[in-house]
Parts: sequence; C-alpha cells; structure tokens
Amino acid sequence: MNTIPVRQQRTLNINVLRHNPHDPESTPRMQAFEVEEADAMTLFVALNLIREEQDPSLQFDFVCRAGICGSCGMIINGRPGLACRTLTRDLPDTITLAPLPGFELIADLSVNTGKWMRGMAERLETWVHAEGLEQLDLDVMEAPMEPALAQQLYELERCIECGCCIAACGTAQMREDFAGAVGLNQITRFRLDPRDQRSDADFYQLVGDDSGVFGCMTLLGCEDMCPKDLPLATQIAFLRRRMVAT
Amino acid sequence: MQHTLNRWPARLDLLQSLSGLLLVLFIWGHMFFESSILLGKDAMLWVTKMFEGEHLFGQPYPLLVSAAAAIVFLLIALHALLALRKFPASYRQYQRLNQHVGSIRHLDTTLWVVQVITGFLLFFLASVHLLVVMVQPDNIGPYASSDRIWSGRFWILYAFLLLVVHVHAGIGIYRLAMKWGPFSAATSGLWRGRIKLTVYCIVAFYLCLGTASLVTYMRIGAEHAPYAGERYDPAIHGAAR
Ligand code: HEM
Ligand code: SF4
Ligand code: SF4
Ligand code: FES
Repeated sequence: MNTIPVRQQRTLNINVLRHNPHDPESTPRMQAFEVEEADAMTLFVALNLIREEQDPSLQFDFVCRAGICGSCGMIINGRPGLACRTLTRDLPDTITLAPLPGFELIADLSVNTGKWMRGMAERLETWVHAEGLEQLDLDVMEAPMEPALAQQLYELERCIECGCCIAACGTAQMREDFAGAVGLNQITRFRLDPRDQRSDADFYQLVGDDSGVFGCMTLLGCEDMCPKDLPLATQIAFLRRRMVAT
Repeated sequence: MQHTLNRWPARLDLLQSLSGLLLVLFIWGHMFFESSILLGKDAMLWVTKMFEGEHLFGQPYPLLVSAAAAIVFLLIALHALLALRKFPASYRQYQRLNQHVGSIRHLDTTLWVVQVITGFLLFFLASVHLLVVMVQPDNIGPYASSDRIWSGRFWILYAFLLLVVHVHAGIGIYRLAMKWGPFSAATSGLWRGRIKLTVYCIVAFYLCLGTASLVTYMRIGAEHAPYAGERYDPAIHGAAR
C-alpha cells in the first residue's frame, strides 16, 4: 500500500490587471486565467503558459528569469516582488497580479522602470566623479582596493533597479519626486567608493532635501520588500546622519 | 560650493525628531509623577508641591506649573507644525497612500498611518489638557485633580489621551531608533526586532500604570464628590486614612 501522500495538484486562479494606455479603446480591467500548477513553478513560468496557451496579447517583461535583470517586478497579491523568483507554491490558490505603481505603464504588467531609473540616475549623478577621467589610460591596471571595501561596495552594487522599493514605499507613492531607497542606496555606494572624489557637501546638494533623504519617513517597506535583501534601512539611516552632520 | 548649501531640510528633520524625543521623554516621566497617587494622597501632594517649587522656595509658585505646561505646549506646536509637512498634502496623495497601505499589508507602513491619526488627535486632546493646566495651575492636587476627573468628567478626555499618547510615543520612539540608529547591516534586523519588543512592553507598562492611576483618581473623586471643590489637607484628611 502506498502511504506516501501525493501533493494535490492545484488549479491556480490568476487575475491580471490589464490595460494598454496606448490603445484608446482600452480601459483597466481584471482578467482571470486558470493554470494547472506544476512542481517548482514560478510566476514567470505561469505567465508564459498563459501567453502561449490562452492569450498571446498579455504583456509582461522578462529577461534573465534568475533575479538579475530586474525587469519582472510586479505587484503580487498586493506586494511588490520579482515574478521570476516567486514560486507559486508560496502563494494561495488565487493570485492577483498588477503592474508596479509609480512607473509609466507600458501595458498590462509591463512598466517602464528603465525610464524612471535613468531619470533618477541623472538627477542624483550616480556615477564616479573624479578629475581627469578623460585622460585615464584604460590599459593600465586599476589601483587595487582593500578586499573588505570591495566587498562592501559589491554588497550595495547588487541592486538590480527592479523598482520594488519604489512600489513598496508609501513616501514614493505619495511624492513622485522622491528619490526612493534605490536612489539613496546608490548615493551611499558612490560615497563609499574611493574613486569618487565628491565630498559630503556635494552629496548634500543631491539628496539634502525632502525629495531626497529627508523625505524618507522610515516606513521600511523598501527594506522588507527588496528582493535582493539590500541593507536599505541601514544605508538610509547612515546617509541621514552624514547629511545632517554636513 | 559649501556656502550655497541649504541646511534647512536637515535642520527641520533633526528638529522634528528632537522635539519628538523630548516629548516622549516628557510623557514617560510625567506618568511617574501623575501616578504618585498610587502611593497615596500625601505622595501626590508632595509631588504637586515640588512642581510649585514649595520645597525649594518655602512657598508655592503655581506659575512654575503654568510655565512648564507652556513649554510643553510650544514643543507640541513645533512638533505638529513640522509633522504637518509629512501629511498627505492633497486628495490625490491621500488616495494613493490609502490604496498603498491597504494593499501592501505592511506593519511599519500601517503604523505610520496610526501615527498620523494619533498625532492629529493629540493636537486636540493634549491641547485641552495643557490649557487647563496653564490656566488653573493651582487647581492640581489629590482632591482638586480627582474632583476634576470625576465630578468634572475629565476622565473621558484622559482615558483617550492616555491611549493615544502612548501609542503615538511608542511608534515614535521605534521610528526614531530606525531613522537614526547606527546599526550595522548585519545586526539591523535583530535590533529592529528587539526595539519593537521593548517598545511593546514599555507601552503596555505605561497603559497599565496610567489606567491604574486614572481609576484611583476616579475612585477618590467619586468618594469626594459630595465635597467637590474642597482641597486636600493632610492635617484634616490625612489622619482619616
Ligand atoms: C499635536 C500633537 C502631535 C501631532 C500632530 C504629531 C504628529 C506626528 C506625525 C505625523 C509624526 C510622523 C512624522 C514623520 O513620519 O516624519 C510624528 C512623529 C513623532 N511623534 Fe508626534 N505628534 C504630536 C504629538 C506628539 C507627542 C505628544 C509626542 C510624545 C509623546 C510625540 C512623539 C513623536 C515622535 C518621537 C515621533 C517620531 C519623530 C520622527 O519620526 O522624526 N508626538 N508625530
Ligand atoms: S534597492 Fe532592492 S528593491 Fe530597490 S531597485 Fe534595488 S534591488 Fe530593487
Ligand atoms: S524607509 Fe520607508 S520611506 Fe524610506 S525609502 Fe524605505 S520605504 Fe520609503
Ligand atoms: S526576469 Fe530578470 S529579474 Fe526576473
């Protein structure tokens, strides 16, 4: 007699918020799909099944399907997350998907996080600032860095700009000009970088107001929902202390 | 570049936290003075006299109490004005916040909304309480306070104020710790849990202490209701106990 319990196969009810702002006929509506759950199924797999077998017009973004490119961020049962890293077995039978709020909607679950991130990067100047970069000889070996420092930098560099922290942040949802945890974290990353010659006063000019670090109300949604587990609360508190001391 | 920096956003942020911290320390201290009634009428009378400076100057100066209340009032006004900047500024912002809080089911986000609401309520509740203290600084004491609480029905105000102020102060001190605390990335989560637990315990403690004191004032007030208005005099009433 076989006494090993076999896991019941579930039928998932996946509701997707659909809308194409470029189509004048389109109005926002929920569309329901049914998908047979498979072992180790991710939302990435489920959405592709839907697109292949049920509705080829469904739009969503994926590139790496491994939590690296940051393009598959969406609202999963009310909370932001990466679809490619979300296993359906961790979710209830009914799953509601919506695009990340706070970004320009392309269509359905696809949003233009790239445009937002680029705007943020230009505003916060998230690149190394140093004298004489133009004359730098790229064939010469880079100056070595302390392994501990390199590790620290790498830790902050792991951000994939998925936008989950913007969707998770009440401040960012209320104030469109808020730099968000992604922006504030990148400022701390360049502040730590010995190749960046900017002073704290320079950084203050970039984030020393209510659209920067002083706008953050420490709701910690970013910290709790960053899919890469970046130490956002620590970084923002650190930046706040540095900027006040400037 | 240095001289063109606008330091006001930094100062205002710091001032908001500092005013909040001072108010929390004040309210947590205030609870112990207020609950001196649990040690008896004479203990509370002693505390009353202390705040009027009688132990120091040999005679009471109720104006000292008025002054202290005025300082707290100003601190609250400053804190509330600074906090007002963080309120949703338009219906659209309010709507987006509401939707966000509803869908995200995230405790710390919800606690912020609780803080906004309790802060708003405090603006009225705390003001009434402080105005009474400012205007009638000499009308505080074992019988005077109990009569106000029972015969004057102030217990309704105080019961609300107790709950609201401690919820607000507890969330506030937790937020202060996370906002400024120099925790390392590795231990930040651990500290966050510890601080949260500690704050729960502190708030629970003060709610119990406050309730016990309020009930004591109410009981004394009810017993003393027929003589409402008469002051406590240890020489007359002290012996009876
Ligand atoms: C009229 C009364 C009050 C109003 C309208 C008010 C409102 C607020 C609001 C909206 C916040 C959140 C601000 C933010 O997230 O940046 C806040 C924070 C805070 N409040 Fe109040 N509050 C009042 C009275 C008090 C009192 C009496 C106390 C002390 C018992 C207190 C202690 C705090 C603390 C410690 C914080 C955290 C400060 C920070 O985040 O920097 N508040 N208050
Ligand atoms: S900080 Fe985290 S949540 Fe925010 S964009 Fe980077 S990886 Fe995504
Ligand atoms: S701590 Fe809160 S307010 Fe600050 S960036 Fe993160 S989610 Fe937004
Ligand atoms: S597909 Fe690249 S992060 Fe999900």
